[in-house]
Amino acid sequence: MIIYGVALLAFCFLAGKILGFSLGLCIGVEGDVGGVGFAMLLLMLINLYLKKKGWLKLATTQGILFWSSMYIPIIVAMAATQNVNAAISGGPVALVAGAIVTITGFLLVPTISKIGLSPKNHD
Amino acid sequence: MTELIEEVVGKNGLLVAFLFVGIIMWLSFLISSRLTKSKIPGVAIAVFAGLCLALLGDKKGIADIPLFAGMALMGGAMLRDFSVVATAMGADLEKIKQAGLAGAVSLVVGVTFSFFLGVIIAYFMGYSDVISLTTIGAGACTYIVGPVTGGALGASSEVMAISIATGVVKTLVATVATPLVARFIGLNNPHSAVVFGGLIGTTSGVAAGLASTDPKLVPYGAMTATFYTGLGCLLCPSVFYFLVRSLM
Repeated sequence: MIIYGVALLAFCFLAGKILGFSLGLCIGVEGDVGGVGFAMLLLMLINLYLKKKGWLKLATTQGILFWSSMYIPIIVAMAATQNVNAAISGGPVALVAGAIVTITGFLLVPTISKIGLSPKNHD
Repeated sequence: MTELIEEVVGKNGLLVAFLFVGIIMWLSFLISSRLTKSKIPGVAIAVFAGLCLALLGDKKGIADIPLFAGMALMGGAMLRDFSVVATAMGADLEKIKQAGLAGAVSLVVGVTFSFFLGVIIAYFMGYSDVISLTTIGAGACTYIVGPVTGGALGASSEVMAISIATGVVKTLVATVATPLVARFIGLNNPHSAVVFGGLIGTTSGVAAGLASTDPKLVPYGAMTATFYTGLGCLLCPSVFYFLVRSLM
């Protein structure tokens, strides 16, 4: 049933968030540290396990894939609810710092991507 | 009649948002295929349209307009994170393992360089007290790290606003520029997407930027980006603050 997939997804999400907030508590940050990342790992592991056992039904997968495909529309809604006015009215410091930091970040991608790539993996 | 419509719309905000975003997506894909011959992805146009629509409102973007209040729920953290987690179904665990080290390095480098670059820029633009510099530097990490750090250090509300604005500008630049620069920085595989997520760190910017570039890369970038804000909140008001203080 489709709800099994949605329920599994909700379980992973909540477990990940709880783990993220606990980690935050441990290192003294009031917030979620990597909750979504933990939830994603959990979902991948459970998915792998269920597939091996042959317990993963098509309908279950569909319950998760639906939410995965809602991702882009949700991002559009998120973009439409950002405080874009603040970004523009924050003055030159915000504009200059925000833009330069992001562009420099882009430029670092090729350098750091080299880490952990053996020559045969280059493509 | 208008009252009746207002009532139905008011009580079903989330569904109004579904309809509204559906129309935005449809128009964006139409523009993409007809006017740009699919050279500019429909997703990128839709996200950009979203940002423009946000100008119509205030703090919560278009959700400040009662008719579109449901957009805040649809685009809020809960549904966003829920659907981001769902994208992990299509991700390859082996590729994440392989990129693990590079991802960890990118996180540390990303937070450190964003912070100090932000501090240096703020310094040259006229700020000289340690708390303001640290708060603006933290804002250059993400718009959450900024106010968390400023709050911990007792920064002025003006500096807090600048700090948040810096983070929002970062999100916007990542959203708009990622699909444009992806080709030049080798952002076309899971490995570099993991690194990208760690370097840029703003979950919404990384997610939206990757979605516009290639939706298959989203889970990889989101995976590392989700650790970034936490790491920033940990380092900025503590280690980095003391470092800036000792340098001034």
